[in-house]
Amino acid sequence: MVETRIHFHEALGSLKELLIELGNKAEDVIDLAVKGYMSRDADVCSQVLATENDIDLAERRIDQLALDLLATQQPIAVDLRFITACMKINSDLERVGDHAADIAKRGLAGMKLPAVELPVDVPRIAAGAAGMIRRALNAFIAKDIDLANAVLKMDDVLDRIDDQAWVSLVRKMHEAPEALEQALDALIVVRNLSRVADHATNIAEDVILWLSGTDVRHIIGHVSTVVE
Amino acid sequence: MLNVSISGKPPTTTQSNSEIKMPVKLAVRNLNFYYGKFHAIKDINVEIHERSVTAFIGPSGCGKSTLLRVFNLIYHMYPGQRAEGEVLLDGENILAASDYLRLRSKIGMVFQKPTPFPMSIYENIAFGIRLYENLSRSEMDYRVRHALVGAGLWNEVNNKLNQSALGLSGGQQQRLCIARALAIKPEILLLDEPCSALDPISTAKIEELMYLSKENCTLIVVTHNMQQAARASEFTAFMLDGELIEISETTQMFTKPSDKRTEDYITGRFG
Repeated sequence: MVETRIHFHEALGSLKELLIELGNKAEDVIDLAVKGYMSRDADVCSQVLATENDIDLAERRIDQLALDLLATQQPIAVDLRFITACMKINSDLERVGDHAADIAKRGLAGMKLPAVELPVDVPRIAAGAAGMIRRALNAFIAKDIDLANAVLKMDDVLDRIDDQAWVSLVRKMHEAPEALEQALDALIVVRNLSRVADHATNIAEDVILWLSGTDVRHIIGHVSTVVE
Repeated sequence: MLNVSISGKPPTTTQSNSEIKMPVKLAVRNLNFYYGKFHAIKDINVEIHERSVTAFIGPSGCGKSTLLRVFNLIYHMYPGQRAEGEVLLDGENILAASDYLRLRSKIGMVFQKPTPFPMSIYENIAFGIRLYENLSRSEMDYRVRHALVGAGLWNEVNNKLNQSALGLSGGQQQRLCIARALAIKPEILLLDEPCSALDPISTAKIEELMYLSKENCTLIVVTHNMQQAARASEFTAFMLDGELIEISETTQMFTKPSDKRTEDYITGRFG
């Protein structure tokens, strides 16, 4: 086999590298945001907000490169699916940054309130959401449909945890009205983490569409074939 | 539904959910073609649907232009070239045809390089019609005008119909050739790289002409320009080394081809 579009395929490689870099930032910023929220650390929370700006800039850069390739290279087949997947994953990762920023803002706001015990394991939920992002990105990097499918299954688990947290926190608000603001902040944090998991699901779906050409969004059952 | 018969090494056939209702116009069965001892087309089976545009793509030497030459029986003019199998036009095997003139009134062909006759624009159109029909002057005027309007050329040439066609631009000459072919109302029009020497505007005009022509005609186009195949055809077939690898709806071909060889070719991963 002889490569005939070397420059174009190198550009696709650059697009992938930029997206992986953004993915790493998005994964890190979620960890950082939860750390800042849990430890009530203003510096860490501020660092999240700064990183979110970097993520926004990276999103624009990736979109521009993808648009340039669409406009100048007329990609088709797997290349077209790859670029459209990159654009969608890019958007999902930027939204992950937004959710991290929301969590950091809850952290900054919560510092003015007394610390209270809340019936929700935020670090555990965060680990689940960040883990989904990590696996979705690994599926993207390794072209692994099985791993992408595994991410889709994880989303159901995280949804259940989110629902349980919601019930527990609402009960807490009823039982201890003095902790209402803190519980409300926690609810928002958990809901943001749940959205992060949703974005990981979107990324996994985009990876499957890229690799197999099969659109698994909004359907039950997923492709389970590894594509070389 | 798109049906492709399978024998020998089968092409991959894919179809979208949309049902294709047009009947089969041209059916190729177990077609082999030889230039002397060279086996140029290898056991091809394919069905072309009426009033559609089907594009054949593939690297140089893959046999796609040869396939058009078989459909038009041009190869009969050259000793040592032979076809085996069947090419059924509405069920009738044209490989067994003896009346080539009648056949070519049904299956017209336009070549890569515009081939206007060294005569007036008017006579270029009228010449072909006269081979098959005996029309009055007024009837001929109407047919010539109708052909030129259909080709989008009328407004550009109506004040110089008696001037030589050789004075037209390349794009105009090619549209004149298409108009000339369509003027005799063929059932199938074969186009072999019709835009390869044309600028983007002329190319767009010819693609538009192809789109309009399929209302009354089945079009088969060979092109190296994959974007043209994507823009202008409903079905795309990929050939490699004389074999038909895959035929599918064009949207399917350019988003999710079934055969890795197709994907490698259209994405430039081999050449």
